[in-house]
Amino acid sequence: MDAVDVARWQFAITTVYHFLFVPITIGMSLIVAIFHTQWLRTRNPEYLRLTKFYGKLFIINFALGLVTGIVQEFQFGMNWSDYSRFVGDIFGAPLAFEALLAFFLESTFIGIWVFGWGRIPEKLHAACMWLVHIGTVLSAYFILAANSFMQNPVGYRFNPETGRAEMADFMAVLTNKVQLVTFPHVIFSAYMVGGAVVMGVGLWLMRKHATTDDEPMYRKATRFGAIFALVASLGVIVTGDIQGKIMTEVQPMKMAAAEGLYETTTNAPFSVLSIGSLDGSEATRIIEIPGLLSFLGTGTWDGEVEGINELRVSERAMAEKVAEQYGPEVAALVLVDDYTPMIPLAYWSFRFMMGLGFATMAAAAATLWAMRKNRVPHGSVWTWVAILTPLAPVFANSWGWIFTEAGRQPWIVYGLMTTSTGVSPSVSATEVWVSMIAYTLVYAVLAVIEIKLFLTYVRRGADPFEDPADHADADEDAPLQFAY
Amino acid sequence: MDYALIWFGLIGLLWAGYLVLEGFDFGVGALLPVLGKGTSDADSEKRRRVMLNTIGPHWDGNEVWLLTAGGATFAAFPEWYATMFSAFYLPLLILLVALIVRNMGFEYRGKRDDDTWRARWDMAIIGGSIVAPLLVGVALTNVVRGVPLDADSEFVGNLFTLLNPMSLLGGLVVLGLSLTHGAFFLALKTTGDIRRDARTLGTTLGLVTAGLAVVLLLWLGLTQGTLWSWITTAIVAVSLLAAIYANVKEREGWAFIGTAVTFASAVATYFLTLYPNVMPTTLADGTSLTLENASSSEMTLKIMTVAALVFTPIVLLYTAWTYWTFRKRLGTQHMPAPVSVK
Repeated sequence: MDAVDVARWQFAITTVYHFLFVPITIGMSLIVAIFHTQWLRTRNPEYLRLTKFYGKLFIINFALGLVTGIVQEFQFGMNWSDYSRFVGDIFGAPLAFEALLAFFLESTFIGIWVFGWGRIPEKLHAACMWLVHIGTVLSAYFILAANSFMQNPVGYRFNPETGRAEMADFMAVLTNKVQLVTFPHVIFSAYMVGGAVVMGVGLWLMRKHATTDDEPMYRKATRFGAIFALVASLGVIVTGDIQGKIMTEVQPMKMAAAEGLYETTTNAPFSVLSIGSLDGSEATRIIEIPGLLSFLGTGTWDGEVEGINELRVSERAMAEKVAEQYGPEVAALVLVDDYTPMIPLAYWSFRFMMGLGFATMAAAAATLWAMRKNRVPHGSVWTWVAILTPLAPVFANSWGWIFTEAGRQPWIVYGLMTTSTGVSPSVSATEVWVSMIAYTLVYAVLAVIEIKLFLTYVRRGADPFEDPADHADADEDAPLQFAY
Repeated sequence: MDYALIWFGLIGLLWAGYLVLEGFDFGVGALLPVLGKGTSDADSEKRRRVMLNTIGPHWDGNEVWLLTAGGATFAAFPEWYATMFSAFYLPLLILLVALIVRNMGFEYRGKRDDDTWRARWDMAIIGGSIVAPLLVGVALTNVVRGVPLDADSEFVGNLFTLLNPMSLLGGLVVLGLSLTHGAFFLALKTTGDIRRDARTLGTTLGLVTAGLAVVLLLWLGLTQGTLWSWITTAIVAVSLLAAIYANVKEREGWAFIGTAVTFASAVATYFLTLYPNVMPTTLADGTSLTLENASSSEMTLKIMTVAALVFTPIVLLYTAWTYWTFRKRLGTQHMPAPVSVK
C-alpha cells in the first residue's frame, strides 16, 4: 500500500471509531438532561437515580469520544496537507467555529455538571447538561457543514493566483442543501442511538430487578428510551428519504453505486440482497422491489435513474470541463482514469445502514409491546434484544458514514479534487503506517477498557437515592459528592 | 485593516491561553508521584485524589484551547497548518497519544476501587503530563527557530531535524514552567500538607526553570530577537522571579498569576520573534511561510474575526465562572470513599 492507501485506511479507522461514541454522546446527553429536569419538576427520586446512573454511563462514553475527536482535527493537516491547503480557506472556518462555539461549551459544562452536585443552584446544574447537549449538536452542525462541502462544494470560487478554492459565500456553506438534510439525519440517528442505549440498558436491568422495588424505575427508563428511539427513527426515515433524492441530484454516482445499477433505468428496482460480483457482469438480486430505487432517488416510481456506465462518462466530462477552465494545475486534481467508487462497499454499506436502522426500530416497538400493562418481557430472547438493540443503531451510523464517504470516491471534494491528490507530500508511507499502527493499538486497548467499564457500571445499576440538597448546607469540610 | 495580522495575534493569544491553562494541569499531573507521596499508601492515595480533584472540573475545558488554536490556524493560515502539522508528523502523533492516555486516566482512574487499576492510570496521567508539554515546547520552538522548507515551502527535513538543541531546550522550559505553574496552582487550591509541600517544591522548580528559560530566551533573542521580543523577554524574567518571590512569601494567588504571566509573555516573545513569518525556513534557497503567503482570503478572515469578537468574551465569561464556582480549597478530608464496583 502506498501513502494514500494507508492514509485513507487511517482516516477510515479513526473516523469510524470516533463515530461509535459521538452519536451516543449526542443522544444520551439529551436524555440525561431530560431525566435531570424531570427530577427537578417531579422530585421523584427515581429520576435522580436515573440521571446519575445514565450520567455515569454517559461520561464513560464521552471521554473516548472526546479524545478520539482531537485526532480527527489534527489529521487533516498531518495526513492530508495538500487537501488542507486547497480548501482550508473554506473548510477550516467551520472547524474553527466548532471549537469556539461547541467544544468550549461541551467541555466546560460537562466539568461543571460532573463536579457541581451540591455546589451550584439546582436549576443551573440541570441547565449545564442542556448546554452540553447544545454543544454536541452545534459541534455536529459545523463538522457536517464542512463534510457537506466535500459532498457538494458550494459558496467558493477558484482563485487561479493562489491556486486554491476560496470562500465566496459563508452562508451558502452553512446552508448547503446537502447539509440541511444531512444534519437532521445525523442528529435523528444519534437520538435513535441514545434512545436505544437507554432502552437496552434499562431492559436488561428491568429484567434483572423484576422482583425488586427498582423494577418500576428501570421500566420507566426502558419505556422512555424505546419511545425516544422510535420517534427518532421516524425522523431518520423521513430525512434519509429526502437525502436520497438530494444525493441523486448532486452525486448521482453514489446512488447508482448503492444499487450497483450499471445501465440507466426507469422504474429502477431496489434489491434487498444480492449474490454475485456486483461488477455489472452477473449478480443475482434477492427480493427485488420494482421501482423502489426510482422512488428513493426521484420521488416517482418510474423515474429515471442513471446507471454507473453513463455516470462514468458524465463525471469525466465534468472533470474535463473544470480542467479546461482552470488550467493544468487543476487538471491534475480532477483527472483520473476511473470515476467509479467501490461498488460492493457502497452497495452493502447502504443495506447494512438501512437494515440495522429498521432492526432498531422493530426492537424498540417490540419491547414496548412486550412491556404493555406492566408486563416484564420474559424469555431469553429479550436478553439479546437488550444487548443488541444499542449496538444495531451504532453500527447503522458507522455504515451510513462508510456509504457517504466511500460512495464519494474517487473524489475528496466532489468534482473539485480527487482523494489521491490531497495527501501530504512530505509524509512517508512508513510514517503513516507507524501512526496507523499506534492509533489502532491504542484505540483497541481503550475499546476493551471502555466496554468492560461500561458493563461493570451497567451491572451495578443505579445507586440508592441520596438527596443532593441535603449536602448543600452541610459544613465546609463535608466530602465532595463527586470526586475522581 | 490587516486581518492576517489580527489572526496572527489571536493565534498567539490562543497558545498563551492554552499554556496558561493547561500548563497547570500538566504540572499537577506530572507532580503526582512527587507531591502525591504521603506517609502511607492510604495517605498517598488521598493526596493524589486531592491533586486530581483540584483540576477535575477544568482540564477538559483547558484542552479546548489547543483544539481552537489548531482550528484557527487551519482557517486563518491553511498553508501554515498544513505545513506545520505534516512536518511535525511523528512528534504530533506522540503528543496525541500522550493526551489520549492522559485524558482517559483522569476519567477512568477513580471509576474502580482497585490499586492496580489506579496505578496503571497514574502512569498514563504522569507520562502524558510530562510528554505533552515537552513536545509542545519542542514544536513551538521549532516553529520560531525555523525548519527546512524548500522553495515550495514544503518540509524537507526529518524527525532528527526537529530534535535540535534549541528546540529540546524549549521543550524542557515548557515542561519546567508547567511544573512550577502546577505546583503554585496546588499551593493555591489545597489545604494541609500538600499545600506546604507544593510551595516548597514550587520554589525549587521555579529557580531551575528560570535558569533554563534565561538560556533559551537569550539564545533566541541574540540570534533572532527584535526590540519588542526583548521587552517581553524582560517581562518573562521579571514575572517568573516575582512569582517565586510571592511563593516564598506565601502569597499563593500572586505566585500563580506570576507564572501565568510568564507563560503568556513567553508565548508573546515567540510570536514577536516569529513575525512577519509564521514558519521561517532554515534553507538558503527555501521559502519561508509568512503572514502574507500563508493566510486565508480576506473574506474568511473577516468572518472569523466577527465570530471571535462575539464568542470569545462569552467563552471567557463562563470559563471564569467555573473557576469561581470551584474556588474552594481541597484537602484530604473532602475526599469521599472510593467508588467500589466489581
